[in-house]
Amino acid sequence: MNKLFSIIIIAGLILVNTSCAQENKNTVLSEINYEMELVFEDENIIWAIEFFEDKSILATVKSGSLFHYKEGIKTKIKGLPDIYLRGQGGLMDIAFHPNFKKNKWLYLSYASQDVGEKGGNTTIARAKLLEDSLTDFEVLYKGFPNSRKGQHFGGRLEFDNENYLYFSIGDRGNRDVNPQNISLDGGKIYRINDDGTIPFDNPFFETLNSKKAIYSFGHRNPQGMFKHPITGEIWTNEHGPRGGDEINIIKKGKNYGWPKTTYGINYSGTTITKNKSLPNTKQPLYYWIPSIAPSSFEYISSDIYPKWKGSLLAGALKFNYLERIVLKNNKVISRWKIGENLGRPRDVKQGPDGYIYVSIENKGVYKILPKK
Amino acid sequence: MKFINIIFFIIPFFIFSQNESLSVSMKNGKSLYEDFCLRCHMPNGKGIEGIYPPLAKSDFLFKYMEESIKAIKFGGIDGEITVNGIKYNSKMEKMGLYDDEIADIMNYTLNSWGNKHEAMIMEDYVRSLKK
Repeated sequence: MNKLFSIIIIAGLILVNTSCAQENKNTVLSEINYEMELVFEDENIIWAIEFFEDKSILATVKSGSLFHYKEGIKTKIKGLPDIYLRGQGGLMDIAFHPNFKKNKWLYLSYASQDVGEKGGNTTIARAKLLEDSLTDFEVLYKGFPNSRKGQHFGGRLEFDNENYLYFSIGDRGNRDVNPQNISLDGGKIYRINDDGTIPFDNPFFETLNSKKAIYSFGHRNPQGMFKHPITGEIWTNEHGPRGGDEINIIKKGKNYGWPKTTYGINYSGTTITKNKSLPNTKQPLYYWIPSIAPSSFEYISSDIYPKWKGSLLAGALKFNYLERIVLKNNKVISRWKIGENLGRPRDVKQGPDGYIYVSIENKGVYKILPKK
Repeated sequence: MKFINIIFFIIPFFIFSQNESLSVSMKNGKSLYEDFCLRCHMPNGKGIEGIYPPLAKSDFLFKYMEESIKAIKFGGIDGEITVNGIKYNSKMEKMGLYDDEIADIMNYTLNSWGNKHEAMIMEDYVRSLKK
Protein backbone atom coordinates (compact mmCIF):
# COMPACT_ATOMS: atom_id res chain seq x y z
CA MET A 1 0.00 0.00 0.00
CA ASN A 2 2.80 2.36 0.99
CA LYS A 3 4.62 1.57 -2.23
CA LEU A 4 1.55 2.29 -4.30
CA PHE A 5 1.10 5.57 -2.46
CA SER A 6 4.69 6.57 -3.21
CA ILE A 7 4.26 5.74 -6.83
CA ILE A 8 1.17 7.93 -7.00
CA ILE A 9 3.04 10.80 -5.33
CA ILE A 10 5.99 10.45 -7.67
CA ALA A 11 3.70 10.29 -10.69
CA GLY A 12 1.95 13.38 -9.37
CA LEU A 13 5.24 15.22 -8.98
CA ILE A 14 6.25 14.34 -12.52
CA LEU A 15 2.90 15.60 -13.78
CA VAL A 16 3.24 18.87 -11.88
CA ASN A 17 6.75 19.34 -13.17
CA THR A 18 5.98 18.70 -16.81
CA SER A 19 2.91 20.90 -16.77
CA CYS A 20 5.08 23.96 -16.04
CA ALA A 21 6.55 25.60 -19.12
CA GLN A 22 9.83 26.06 -17.33
CA GLU A 23 11.23 25.64 -13.88
CA ASN A 24 12.55 28.94 -12.67
CA LYS A 25 16.33 28.97 -12.59
CA ASN A 26 16.71 32.24 -10.77
CA THR A 27 19.87 31.34 -8.93
CA VAL A 28 22.90 32.47 -10.84
CA LEU A 29 26.05 31.05 -9.26
CA SER A 30 29.50 32.64 -9.42
CA GLU A 31 32.22 30.94 -11.45
CA ILE A 32 35.60 30.91 -9.74
CA ASN A 33 37.93 28.76 -11.83
CA TYR A 34 38.97 31.37 -14.41
CA GLU A 35 40.85 34.63 -14.89
CA MET A 36 40.18 37.61 -17.14
CA GLU A 37 43.15 38.88 -19.13
CA LEU A 38 42.98 42.25 -20.89
CA VAL A 39 43.89 41.81 -24.58
CA PHE A 40 43.59 45.50 -25.45
CA GLU A 41 42.08 48.57 -23.89
CA ASP A 42 39.41 50.67 -25.55
CA GLU A 43 37.38 53.49 -24.06
CA ASN A 44 34.51 53.05 -26.54
CA ILE A 45 31.69 50.58 -26.96
CA ILE A 46 33.06 47.68 -28.95
CA TRP A 47 29.83 46.24 -30.33
CA ALA A 48 31.35 43.29 -32.18
CA ILE A 49 34.59 41.36 -32.55
CA GLU A 50 35.77 38.94 -35.24
CA PHE A 51 39.02 37.06 -35.65
CA PHE A 52 41.42 36.88 -38.55
CA GLU A 53 43.23 33.63 -39.21
CA ASP A 54 46.34 35.05 -37.52
CA LYS A 55 44.18 35.55 -34.37
CA SER A 56 44.28 39.33 -34.61
CA ILE A 57 40.95 41.06 -33.99
CA LEU A 58 38.65 43.21 -36.09
CA ALA A 59 36.32 45.28 -33.91
CA THR A 60 33.41 47.67 -34.50
CA VAL A 61 32.93 50.75 -32.38
CA LYS A 62 29.25 51.60 -32.03
CA SER A 63 29.70 55.32 -32.67
CA GLY A 64 30.91 54.45 -36.17
CA SER A 65 34.42 53.16 -36.63
CA LEU A 66 36.16 49.90 -37.39
CA PHE A 67 39.59 48.86 -36.05
CA HIS A 68 42.10 46.10 -36.57
CA TYR A 69 44.00 45.18 -33.40
CA LYS A 70 47.19 43.28 -34.01
CA GLU A 71 50.07 42.75 -31.62
CA GLY A 72 49.26 45.86 -29.62
CA ILE A 73 48.77 48.08 -32.67
CA LYS A 74 45.40 49.61 -33.45
CA THR A 75 44.72 50.43 -37.13
CA LYS A 76 41.64 52.27 -38.29
CA ILE A 77 39.86 50.76 -41.30
CA LYS A 78 38.89 53.32 -43.94
CA GLY A 79 35.84 53.39 -46.19
CA LEU A 80 32.88 53.04 -43.82
CA PRO A 81 29.52 54.44 -44.96
CA ASP A 82 27.62 57.23 -43.17
CA ILE A 83 26.25 55.82 -39.94
CA TYR A 84 23.12 57.00 -38.12
CA LEU A 85 23.96 57.24 -34.43
CA ARG A 86 20.73 57.24 -32.50
CA GLY A 87 19.91 55.47 -29.23
CA GLN A 88 20.79 51.81 -29.61
CA GLY A 89 21.67 52.25 -33.29
CA GLY A 90 25.07 52.88 -34.82
CA LEU A 91 27.71 50.60 -36.29
CA MET A 92 26.83 47.13 -35.07
CA ASP A 93 27.99 43.69 -36.18
CA ILE A 94 30.56 42.31 -38.61
CA ALA A 95 30.96 38.85 -40.14
CA PHE A 96 33.59 37.42 -42.42
CA HIS A 97 32.36 35.45 -45.41
CA PRO A 98 33.06 31.74 -44.79
CA ASN A 99 35.51 31.97 -47.74
CA PHE A 100 36.92 35.32 -46.64
CA LYS A 101 40.46 34.14 -47.18
CA LYS A 102 39.75 33.92 -50.92
CA ASN A 103 37.04 36.50 -51.59
CA LYS A 104 37.76 39.15 -48.87
CA TRP A 105 34.06 39.92 -48.30
CA LEU A 106 33.27 41.50 -44.96
CA TYR A 107 29.60 41.90 -43.96
CA LEU A 108 28.43 44.77 -41.79
CA SER A 109 25.26 45.84 -40.03
CA TYR A 110 24.61 49.45 -39.07
CA ALA A 111 21.86 52.02 -38.79
CA SER A 112 21.55 54.33 -41.76
CA GLN A 113 19.52 57.34 -42.68
CA ASP A 114 18.55 58.14 -46.26
CA VAL A 115 17.39 61.23 -48.01
CA GLY A 116 13.73 62.10 -47.69
CA GLU A 117 12.73 60.11 -44.65
CA LYS A 118 13.43 61.20 -41.08
CA GLY A 119 15.19 58.73 -38.85
CA GLY A 120 17.00 55.53 -39.69
CA ASN A 121 16.82 51.77 -39.80
CA THR A 122 19.04 48.70 -39.80
CA THR A 123 21.12 48.17 -42.91
CA ILE A 124 23.17 45.18 -44.08
CA ALA A 125 26.08 45.73 -46.44
CA ARG A 126 29.23 44.05 -47.65
CA ALA A 127 32.59 45.31 -48.81
CA LYS A 128 35.95 43.83 -49.63
CA LEU A 129 38.45 44.30 -46.86
CA LEU A 130 41.78 44.88 -48.54
CA GLU A 131 44.58 45.81 -46.16
CA ASP A 132 43.15 48.75 -44.18
CA SER A 133 40.33 49.77 -46.51
CA LEU A 134 36.83 48.74 -47.48
CA THR A 135 36.23 48.72 -51.24
CA ASP A 136 33.43 47.52 -53.56
CA PHE A 137 30.94 48.59 -50.93
CA GLU A 138 27.34 47.52 -51.53
CA VAL A 139 24.16 47.69 -49.48
CA LEU A 140 22.43 44.30 -49.44
CA TYR A 141 19.36 45.09 -47.34
CA LYS A 142 17.81 48.14 -45.73
CA GLY A 143 14.91 48.02 -43.26
CA PHE A 144 11.99 50.35 -44.00
CA PRO A 145 10.50 52.67 -43.00
CA ASN A 146 12.99 54.82 -41.17
CA SER A 147 12.16 55.80 -37.62
CA ARG A 148 13.51 58.33 -35.12
CA LYS A 149 12.97 55.80 -32.34
CA GLY A 150 16.17 54.89 -30.58
CA GLN A 151 15.17 51.33 -29.85
CA HIS A 152 15.54 47.83 -31.16
CA PHE A 153 17.76 47.80 -34.21
CA GLY A 154 18.70 44.11 -33.71
CA GLY A 155 21.75 43.91 -35.94
CA ARG A 156 23.43 40.53 -35.40
CA LEU A 157 24.86 38.64 -38.38
CA GLU A 158 25.67 34.94 -38.78
CA PHE A 159 26.44 32.61 -41.68
CA ASP A 160 25.15 29.05 -41.66
CA ASN A 161 26.80 25.95 -43.15
CA GLU A 162 25.32 26.66 -46.60
CA ASN A 163 26.66 30.22 -46.70
CA TYR A 164 23.26 31.82 -46.17
CA LEU A 165 23.54 35.04 -44.19
CA TYR A 166 21.10 35.47 -41.29
CA PHE A 167 20.50 38.82 -39.62
CA SER A 168 18.11 40.40 -37.15
CA ILE A 169 16.16 43.64 -37.13
CA GLY A 170 14.35 44.47 -33.88
CA ASP A 171 10.83 45.89 -33.71
CA ARG A 172 12.15 49.51 -33.85
CA GLY A 173 10.01 50.49 -30.87
CA ASN A 174 6.82 49.85 -32.83
CA ARG A 175 5.73 46.53 -31.39
CA ASP A 176 2.05 46.71 -32.30
CA VAL A 177 2.78 47.29 -35.98
CA ASN A 178 5.99 45.60 -37.10
CA PRO A 179 6.69 42.15 -35.62
CA GLN A 180 3.49 40.37 -36.68
CA ASN A 181 3.28 41.90 -40.16
CA ILE A 182 5.41 40.16 -42.78
CA SER A 183 4.92 42.97 -45.28
CA LEU A 184 6.89 45.28 -42.94
CA ASP A 185 10.44 45.17 -41.64
CA GLY A 186 11.31 44.94 -37.94
CA GLY A 187 10.88 42.18 -35.40
CA LYS A 188 12.26 39.59 -37.81
CA ILE A 189 15.13 37.22 -38.52
CA TYR A 190 16.13 37.41 -42.18
CA ARG A 191 17.96 35.08 -44.53
CA ILE A 192 19.71 36.17 -47.72
CA ASN A 193 22.31 34.79 -50.10
CA ASP A 194 25.88 36.01 -49.70
CA ASP A 195 25.41 38.38 -52.67
CA GLY A 196 22.26 39.92 -51.20
CA THR A 197 19.80 38.10 -53.44
CA ILE A 198 16.96 36.26 -51.76
CA PRO A 199 16.82 32.45 -51.66
CA PHE A 200 13.84 31.09 -53.63
CA ASP A 201 13.00 28.72 -50.80
CA ASN A 202 12.61 31.46 -48.20
CA PRO A 203 9.31 30.85 -46.37
CA PHE A 204 7.45 33.91 -47.65
CA PHE A 205 9.06 34.11 -51.07
CA GLU A 206 5.77 33.51 -52.84
CA THR A 207 3.56 35.38 -50.38
CA LEU A 208 1.98 38.48 -51.92
CA ASN A 209 3.32 41.82 -50.57
CA SER A 210 5.71 40.12 -48.18
CA LYS A 211 9.29 41.06 -47.41
CA LYS A 212 10.87 38.06 -49.13
CA ALA A 213 13.99 38.05 -47.00
CA ILE A 214 12.04 37.24 -43.81
CA TYR A 215 12.91 33.85 -42.33
CA SER A 216 11.03 34.07 -39.01
CA PHE A 217 8.93 36.75 -37.30
CA GLY A 218 7.36 37.83 -34.00
CA HIS A 219 10.70 38.86 -32.45
CA ARG A 220 11.35 41.86 -30.20
CA ASN A 221 15.05 42.65 -30.34
CA PRO A 222 17.43 39.78 -31.10
CA GLN A 223 21.02 40.86 -30.46
CA GLY A 224 22.68 37.51 -29.91
CA MET A 225 23.13 34.86 -32.60
CA PHE A 226 25.33 31.84 -33.20
CA LYS A 227 25.45 28.83 -35.49
CA HIS A 228 25.28 25.66 -33.45
CA PRO A 229 28.50 23.79 -34.26
CA ILE A 230 26.87 20.35 -34.13
CA THR A 231 23.37 20.83 -35.57
CA GLY A 232 24.13 23.83 -37.83
CA GLU A 233 20.99 25.58 -36.54
CA ILE A 234 20.83 29.33 -35.93
CA TRP A 235 20.24 30.12 -32.25
CA THR A 236 19.31 33.58 -31.01
CA ASN A 237 18.65 35.39 -27.79
CA GLU A 238 16.50 38.49 -27.63
CA HIS A 239 15.69 41.30 -25.25
CA GLY A 240 12.24 40.96 -23.73
CA PRO A 241 10.35 43.83 -22.11
CA ARG A 242 10.43 43.65 -18.27
CA GLY A 243 11.15 39.95 -17.93
CA GLY A 244 10.78 37.63 -20.89
CA ASP A 245 14.18 37.77 -22.58
CA GLU A 246 14.30 34.62 -24.71
CA ILE A 247 16.48 31.94 -26.22
CA ASN A 248 15.11 30.66 -29.54
CA ILE A 249 16.18 28.17 -32.17
CA ILE A 250 15.25 29.78 -35.46
CA LYS A 251 12.94 27.71 -37.64
CA LYS A 252 11.84 28.59 -41.14
CA GLY A 253 8.63 30.64 -41.35
CA LYS A 254 7.81 30.38 -37.65
CA ASN A 255 6.14 33.03 -35.52
CA TYR A 256 7.91 33.60 -32.18
CA GLY A 257 4.91 35.42 -30.79
CA TRP A 258 5.94 39.00 -29.91
CA PRO A 259 3.84 40.88 -28.83
CA LYS A 260 0.90 38.44 -28.96
CA THR A 261 2.73 36.14 -26.54
CA THR A 262 5.43 36.97 -24.00
CA TYR A 263 6.61 36.00 -20.53
CA GLY A 264 7.34 39.67 -19.82
CA ILE A 265 5.36 42.74 -18.81
CA ASN A 266 5.64 46.45 -19.63
CA TYR A 267 8.43 48.44 -17.94
CA SER A 268 5.68 50.26 -16.05
CA GLY A 269 4.44 46.95 -14.63
CA THR A 270 1.26 46.73 -16.67
CA THR A 271 0.29 43.67 -18.71
CA ILE A 272 1.18 43.37 -22.40
CA THR A 273 -0.81 40.19 -22.94
CA LYS A 274 -2.03 37.36 -20.78
CA ASN A 275 -0.92 34.87 -23.42
CA LYS A 276 2.29 33.00 -22.80
CA SER A 277 1.53 30.71 -25.70
CA LEU A 278 -0.91 30.60 -28.59
CA PRO A 279 -1.51 28.08 -31.38
CA ASN A 280 0.91 28.67 -34.26
CA THR A 281 3.47 30.50 -32.16
CA LYS A 282 6.79 29.02 -31.07
CA GLN A 283 7.70 28.79 -27.41
CA PRO A 284 11.16 29.98 -26.44
CA LEU A 285 13.69 27.33 -25.46
CA TYR A 286 14.24 29.43 -22.34
CA TYR A 287 13.01 32.75 -20.93
CA TRP A 288 14.67 34.99 -18.37
CA ILE A 289 12.78 36.50 -15.44
CA PRO A 290 14.09 38.96 -14.44
CA SER A 291 15.58 40.19 -17.69
CA ILE A 292 19.35 40.13 -18.05
CA ALA A 293 19.31 42.19 -21.30
CA PRO A 294 21.25 39.72 -23.49
CA SER A 295 23.65 41.52 -25.81
CA SER A 296 25.37 38.58 -27.43
CA PHE A 297 25.38 34.80 -27.69
CA GLU A 298 28.02 32.11 -28.18
CA TYR A 299 28.39 28.34 -27.98
CA ILE A 300 31.48 26.91 -26.25
CA SER A 301 32.86 24.06 -28.35
CA SER A 302 36.40 24.42 -27.03
CA ASP A 303 38.13 21.86 -24.78
CA ILE A 304 40.20 24.54 -23.05
CA TYR A 305 37.76 25.08 -20.18
CA PRO A 306 37.10 22.05 -18.02
CA LYS A 307 33.33 21.48 -17.76
CA TRP A 308 32.36 24.43 -19.96
CA LYS A 309 32.15 22.61 -23.28
CA GLY A 310 28.65 22.56 -24.75
CA SER A 311 27.36 25.43 -22.64
CA LEU A 312 26.24 28.82 -23.92
CA LEU A 313 27.41 32.34 -23.14
CA ALA A 314 25.25 35.47 -23.12
CA GLY A 315 26.32 39.00 -22.20
CA ALA A 316 24.07 40.38 -19.45
CA LEU A 317 24.00 44.13 -20.12
CA LYS A 318 21.71 44.77 -17.20
CA PHE A 319 23.84 43.13 -14.54
CA ASN A 320 27.39 43.55 -15.86
CA TYR A 321 28.40 39.92 -16.18
CA LEU A 322 28.72 37.20 -18.76
CA GLU A 323 26.24 34.42 -18.17
CA ARG A 324 27.20 30.80 -18.81
CA ILE A 325 24.12 28.68 -19.43
CA VAL A 326 24.28 24.93 -18.99
CA LEU A 327 21.89 22.86 -21.08
CA LYS A 328 20.78 19.28 -20.83
CA ASN A 329 18.59 17.97 -23.65
CA ASN A 330 17.94 21.59 -24.67
CA LYS A 331 16.72 22.54 -21.18
CA VAL A 332 18.54 25.09 -19.03
CA ILE A 333 19.77 23.33 -15.90
CA SER A 334 22.11 25.94 -14.38
CA ARG A 335 23.35 29.51 -14.82
CA TRP A 336 26.74 30.97 -13.90
CA LYS A 337 28.25 34.47 -13.67
CA ILE A 338 31.61 35.23 -15.25
CA GLY A 339 33.49 38.54 -15.02
CA GLU A 340 31.18 40.11 -12.46
CA ASN A 341 31.33 43.91 -12.17
CA LEU A 342 33.83 44.28 -15.00
CA GLY A 343 31.32 46.30 -17.04
CA ARG A 344 28.73 45.90 -19.77
CA PRO A 345 29.54 42.93 -22.04
CA ARG A 346 28.70 43.65 -25.69
CA ASP A 347 30.06 40.73 -27.66
CA VAL A 348 31.37 37.28 -26.83
CA LYS A 349 33.18 34.99 -29.24
CA GLN A 350 35.21 31.84 -29.16
CA GLY A 351 38.42 32.64 -31.01
CA PRO A 352 40.26 30.42 -33.49
CA ASP A 353 42.61 29.50 -30.62
CA GLY A 354 39.68 28.06 -28.62
CA TYR A 355 39.74 30.82 -25.99
CA ILE A 356 36.68 32.90 -25.17
CA TYR A 357 36.93 36.64 -25.80
CA VAL A 358 34.52 39.24 -24.53
CA SER A 359 34.26 42.97 -25.26
CA ILE A 360 33.34 45.14 -22.31
CA GLU A 361 32.00 48.67 -22.86
CA ASN A 362 34.58 51.39 -22.20
CA LYS A 363 37.15 48.84 -21.07
CA GLY A 364 38.25 46.80 -24.09
CA VAL A 365 38.52 43.14 -24.99
CA TYR A 366 39.27 40.42 -22.45
CA LYS A 367 40.35 36.82 -22.87
CA ILE A 368 39.08 34.23 -20.39
CA LEU A 369 41.76 31.90 -19.05
CA PRO A 370 41.03 28.74 -17.10
CA LYS A 371 42.75 28.76 -13.72
CA LYS A 372 45.51 26.23 -13.46
CA MET B 1 -3.31 103.11 -14.97
CA LYS B 2 -3.50 101.71 -18.43
CA PHE B 3 0.12 100.69 -18.10
CA ILE B 4 -0.59 98.77 -14.91
CA ASN B 5 -3.51 97.07 -16.57
CA ILE B 6 -1.29 95.91 -19.35
CA ILE B 7 1.26 94.56 -16.89
CA PHE B 8 -1.45 92.71 -15.01
CA PHE B 9 -2.58 91.28 -18.25
CA ILE B 10 0.88 90.29 -19.48
CA ILE B 11 2.35 88.76 -16.32
CA PRO B 12 -0.24 86.01 -15.81
CA PHE B 13 -0.15 85.34 -19.53
CA PHE B 14 3.62 84.95 -19.40
CA ILE B 15 3.49 82.64 -16.40
CA PHE B 16 0.71 80.64 -17.95
CA SER B 17 2.52 80.18 -21.25
CA GLN B 18 5.72 79.21 -19.46
CA ASN B 19 3.80 76.55 -17.49
CA GLU B 20 2.12 75.36 -20.59
CA SER B 21 5.37 75.04 -22.53
CA LEU B 22 6.93 73.25 -19.55
CA SER B 23 4.14 70.71 -19.54
CA VAL B 24 4.48 70.22 -23.31
CA SER B 25 8.24 69.82 -22.93
CA MET B 26 7.79 67.36 -20.04
CA LYS B 27 5.32 65.34 -22.09
CA ASN B 28 7.78 65.07 -24.99
CA GLY B 29 10.51 64.40 -22.46
CA LYS B 30 8.58 61.50 -20.97
CA SER B 31 8.28 59.63 -24.26
CA LEU B 32 11.93 60.35 -25.11
CA TYR B 33 12.95 59.19 -21.63
CA GLU B 34 11.07 55.94 -22.18
CA ASP B 35 12.85 55.43 -25.49
CA PHE B 36 16.40 56.48 -24.66
CA CYS B 37 16.96 56.50 -20.88
CA LEU B 38 14.59 54.13 -19.10
CA ARG B 39 16.42 50.91 -19.89
CA CYS B 40 19.28 51.94 -17.55
CA HIS B 41 17.87 54.67 -15.34
CA MET B 42 14.64 52.70 -14.81
CA PRO B 43 10.99 53.84 -15.00
CA ASN B 44 11.13 55.27 -11.47
CA GLY B 45 14.41 57.13 -12.13
CA LYS B 46 16.14 55.13 -9.43
CA GLY B 47 18.73 53.45 -11.71
CA ILE B 48 20.50 50.30 -10.52
CA GLU B 49 22.62 50.80 -7.44
CA GLY B 50 26.32 50.76 -8.23
CA ILE B 51 25.80 50.45 -12.01
CA TYR B 52 23.41 53.15 -13.31
CA PRO B 53 23.09 56.24 -11.10
CA PRO B 54 19.68 57.45 -9.94
CA LEU B 55 18.08 60.58 -11.38
CA ALA B 56 15.28 60.65 -8.79
CA LYS B 57 16.35 62.89 -5.89
CA SER B 58 19.90 62.76 -7.22
CA ASP B 59 22.26 65.19 -5.47
CA PHE B 60 24.68 65.00 -8.41
CA LEU B 61 22.07 65.97 -11.01
CA PHE B 62 21.14 69.18 -9.22
CA LYS B 63 24.66 70.11 -8.13
CA TYR B 64 26.26 69.45 -11.53
CA MET B 65 23.40 70.21 -13.87
CA GLU B 66 25.50 71.61 -16.71
CA GLU B 67 27.81 68.60 -16.52
CA SER B 68 24.78 66.32 -16.60
CA ILE B 69 23.34 67.98 -19.72
CA LYS B 70 26.75 67.75 -21.41
CA ALA B 71 26.80 64.06 -20.54
CA ILE B 72 23.63 63.54 -22.58
CA LYS B 73 24.84 65.78 -25.42
CA PHE B 74 28.37 64.45 -25.80
CA GLY B 75 28.15 61.00 -24.24
CA GLY B 76 28.88 60.28 -20.60
CA ILE B 77 31.14 61.59 -17.88
CA ASP B 78 34.72 60.40 -17.64
CA GLY B 79 35.81 58.85 -14.38
CA GLU B 80 34.10 57.93 -11.17
CA ILE B 81 31.22 59.96 -9.76
CA THR B 82 29.41 59.76 -6.43
CA VAL B 83 25.63 60.00 -6.44
CA ASN B 84 23.74 60.03 -3.14
CA GLY B 85 26.78 58.54 -1.45
CA ILE B 86 27.27 55.67 -3.90
CA LYS B 87 30.08 55.42 -6.44
CA TYR B 88 29.43 54.93 -10.18
CA ASN B 89 31.92 54.36 -12.95
CA SER B 90 30.14 53.18 -16.10
CA LYS B 91 30.20 55.57 -19.01
CA MET B 92 26.94 56.57 -20.65
CA GLU B 93 26.96 56.42 -24.43
CA LYS B 94 26.05 59.23 -26.80
CA MET B 95 22.42 58.86 -27.82
CA GLY B 96 22.36 61.07 -30.93
CA LEU B 97 19.61 63.29 -29.49
CA TYR B 98 18.79 66.76 -30.81
CA ASP B 99 19.19 69.79 -28.51
CA ASP B 100 15.42 70.31 -28.17
CA GLU B 101 15.02 66.65 -27.22
CA ILE B 102 17.73 66.96 -24.56
CA ALA B 103 15.93 70.00 -23.11
CA ASP B 104 12.67 68.01 -23.02
CA ILE B 105 14.32 65.04 -21.27
CA MET B 106 15.87 67.41 -18.71
CA ASN B 107 12.56 69.13 -18.02
CA TYR B 108 10.87 65.78 -17.52
CA THR B 109 13.68 64.45 -15.30
CA LEU B 110 13.97 67.62 -13.21
CA ASN B 111 10.24 67.55 -12.44
CA SER B 112 9.53 63.85 -11.90
CA TRP B 113 9.87 61.25 -9.12
CA GLY B 114 9.97 63.89 -6.40
CA ASN B 115 12.37 66.20 -8.29
CA LYS B 116 11.44 69.88 -8.59
CA HIS B 117 13.18 72.56 -10.62
CA GLU B 118 11.83 76.10 -11.07
CA ALA B 119 13.63 77.21 -14.23
CA MET B 120 12.84 75.52 -17.49
CA ILE B 121 15.74 74.17 -19.57
CA MET B 122 15.62 75.70 -23.04
CA GLU B 123 16.90 74.40 -26.36
CA ASP B 124 19.16 77.45 -26.87
CA TYR B 125 20.90 76.76 -23.58
CA VAL B 126 21.59 73.13 -24.54
CA ARG B 127 22.88 74.32 -27.93
CA SER B 128 25.25 76.79 -26.23
CA LEU B 129 27.01 74.11 -24.20
CA LYS B 130 30.43 73.15 -25.52
CA LYS B 131 32.41 70.04 -24.80
